[in-house]
Amino acid sequence: MSEYIIEMLNITKEFPGIKANDDITLQVKKGEIHALLGENGAGKSTLMSILFGLYQPDSGIIRIRGQEVHVTGPRVANDLGIGMTHQHFKLVHNFTVLQSIILGVETVKAGFLKMDEAREKIVALSEKYGLKVDPDAMIEDITVGMQQRVEILKMLYRDNDILIFDEPTAVLTPHEIDDLMDIMKNLAAEGKSILFITHKLNEIKEVADRCSVLRRGKLIGVIDVDATDKETMSEMMVGRKVNFDVIKEDRKVGDEVLRVESLTVKNPLAGHNKNLVNGATFNVRRGEIACIAGVDGNGQSQLVYALTGLMKQDSGKITLLGEDVSKKTVRYRSIHGIGHIPEDRHRYGLILDYNLEENLVLQTYFTPRFQKHGFLKKADISEYADKLIKKFDIRSGQGGKTIARSMSGGNQQKAIVAREIDRDIDLLIAVQPTRGLDVGAIESIYKFLVAQRDENKAVLIISLDLDEVFHLADRILVIYEGEIVGNLDPDKTTAKELGLYMAGSKRGEVTL
Amino acid sequence: MKKPVFLEKLLKPKDRTFGTVLLNLNLLSALMAIVVGMLFGLIIMLISNPSQALGGFGAIIISPITGGPRVIGQVLYFATPLILTGLGVGFAFKTGLFNIGASGQFTMGGYAAIMIGVYGGNLGGFQWVIGILVATVAGAAWASIPGLLKAYANVHEVISSIMMNYIGMYLVNYLIRKTCYNSLKNESLAVMPSANIPKMGLNHIFPGSFVNGGFIIALIAVAVVYIILQKTTFGYELKAVGYNKDAAKYAGINEKKSIVYSMMISGALCGLGGALIYLAGTGKQYTVVDILANEGFNGIVVALLGLSHPIGVALGALFIGYITVGGFNMQLYDFVPEIINIITATIIYSAACALIFKGLFHKIFKKKSAAIDLNGHPIENLRAVSDAPPPPEPQDQQKKGGER
Repeated sequence: MSEYIIEMLNITKEFPGIKANDDITLQVKKGEIHALLGENGAGKSTLMSILFGLYQPDSGIIRIRGQEVHVTGPRVANDLGIGMTHQHFKLVHNFTVLQSIILGVETVKAGFLKMDEAREKIVALSEKYGLKVDPDAMIEDITVGMQQRVEILKMLYRDNDILIFDEPTAVLTPHEIDDLMDIMKNLAAEGKSILFITHKLNEIKEVADRCSVLRRGKLIGVIDVDATDKETMSEMMVGRKVNFDVIKEDRKVGDEVLRVESLTVKNPLAGHNKNLVNGATFNVRRGEIACIAGVDGNGQSQLVYALTGLMKQDSGKITLLGEDVSKKTVRYRSIHGIGHIPEDRHRYGLILDYNLEENLVLQTYFTPRFQKHGFLKKADISEYADKLIKKFDIRSGQGGKTIARSMSGGNQQKAIVAREIDRDIDLLIAVQPTRGLDVGAIESIYKFLVAQRDENKAVLIISLDLDEVFHLADRILVIYEGEIVGNLDPDKTTAKELGLYMAGSKRGEVTL
Repeated sequence: MKKPVFLEKLLKPKDRTFGTVLLNLNLLSALMAIVVGMLFGLIIMLISNPSQALGGFGAIIISPITGGPRVIGQVLYFATPLILTGLGVGFAFKTGLFNIGASGQFTMGGYAAIMIGVYGGNLGGFQWVIGILVATVAGAAWASIPGLLKAYANVHEVISSIMMNYIGMYLVNYLIRKTCYNSLKNESLAVMPSANIPKMGLNHIFPGSFVNGGFIIALIAVAVVYIILQKTTFGYELKAVGYNKDAAKYAGINEKKSIVYSMMISGALCGLGGALIYLAGTGKQYTVVDILANEGFNGIVVALLGLSHPIGVALGALFIGYITVGGFNMQLYDFVPEIINIITATIIYSAACALIFKGLFHKIFKKKSAAIDLNGHPIENLRAVSDAPPPPEPQDQQKKGGER
């Protein structure tokens, strides 16, 4: 028998117009943690989806435990002992944790579900691995971090011994990441084989034994993690040296643009007494980038909704350029200086069925520049759109006439950024502005954000990504359970320290 | 293999300009739906009356165009109210609402027009104009109720507008008996001649037919709806709310008001349709029976067939008018009226499936043209070009070359 538990040999998978996997060979030994490193779009997720049976390869063979297999679907994969936590969790939102975990492998007696055994097993597993979850909580009510634990429990519940982790650390605090790393090591020590998809070199260094590097659908190389330094790995991954250190000239911070005092948003759901935003107090001044760091689900979204007027606050005061805007409409705030790059660009940022030029005037279509007597000035709109497309290098199939839905995520985001900063704003609120984007797009978004600061605008960034926070921030605000618990200077703060604030184990006074 | 030119054209994305709307997948799917419906109709005819089937089928297809100006005028006459209800339903579709209450709004509009027609004698030459306006307002008012419920109480408009159909129908039956009842014929009193919409010259073009100025009013409505939807900031806002309520809210659009306005405009069009039928000067009266007005439901069909585009709606309504008139002529071929109704209903039914055909064509062409999507981009994620937006992506990506 071969020493490899998983062998994917010469896998090729072509999507219309793109070779997602081009002759990739991946071999994983039993009991090892094998990292799969690559940028977005490098083909990692496709390769794993093939292993998990979600896609069929165009050519190439898969051997599990030395046997050639055809993984025709997730159930087949499950029978082969393969489990996967997906990057986008595949959970039923109105099921309980318990129901979600047993979905598909329910124990049944005479047609009735037998939940008790399942519950015992889940409780035992969650204690054994420190994966604390409430089995009766609804998926929609628990945080993304919790949902991930549910995904891991799902694999363990199914007694899978080949575990695929698809970018599992994205939403976790540094402390939680440490825990997860320990869990992974334990699992490997018990003989489970782990495939770990990531682009975080630190994590690979910490847990992985070997690492396969993919770039643009091709296997670049397989390396021994201990014998390779991070610089080499990153170069293999991106194919060039990338320097994200944003060059920011020193600036004097100017007047206060936004002042938030004791802002509170209650949870509208019945029975939830914990406030979503709980007396948040902070300010943002001209010429600075303030970053709100925090673990997902600590009230960031609601804070931004309240600031922009999408959600009513229950108490507290929002002052924009000296004016109390707490009770003003979304449009009032938008035309009085707030630009907003929303967290979810498909839900809030764009009307996907409108074309690019219609989307580019979404915040200004009603101004005399683009309408007269209620009629849209289409020629002016097109001209303006062409200008923005050029200035911000928004790429699309048919220029301004491209339906937004068909554009790539990076270009959609650029369109939103272009729209929000190319009008007369004083404060730019950007929520996870680089979420889901590739390197090139991230670079240009960073450039635009810093340019805003250098033009003496106030910039407020909400980010879950610590590296992003440290790259961009002039000042770090930490949000924990809806409250701003830290006001830190990035030059005097370490990631570890920031993590303690984010995890709620340390807090400071925030004074205005 | 090189694709034929017409396929290339069909595969171009939906360009919302007037000229190109006819040249895309939508038209093809609507036509396909009609053809399939016709074939079903033929099969039913072959089963029910084989010897007469081909003659009868010919009557449906051929008789309206070969019947001369009078018959063509009849087609326009039957299409007129359907253009309005179709526009109404289509307008709601375009703005993200399913106004299944077209029937009730049509009935309310019809009643308002009848009242003005019967009792508005002192309005003189303006009687028909006022009748039309009041009907429009009545339709809008009736539709505003489900609109308000949807916007402010989150009651689904399908449920509330269905209910409003029945309330409207029974209310009008009751009101007719109370206010303008002809008990001999169990229908509303005849409207005054001065309340009838003028022929506007159509009687010279289509002599002997029922067609009247209402058809021209319907065409004006088509143009107005087109302009509102395509050219105005108002239409931009309403469509924005229809496509994506959250993004509209983000852009500062009052999405609740927009929903109410959309429903009201939709209802106004349906109400106007009611006026155009009872003020047509054809002697048609409101019959007091417990049946929901057909025109409302056919309006849904017309809107689906026309894929909610105003011009598509007009064509769809003309089609239904056409097979209605063709159906009358089938009686020459020994088909009982029930069979005729079944056949026309089958065709309409299939026409309503235009969207299914659209999906089907989409699939077929996608396979053939796999390399690029509708905008010439490689398709990596098929979901990106289908209707459902991709799921939100968890935060991840920071490709850091090195560490800090």
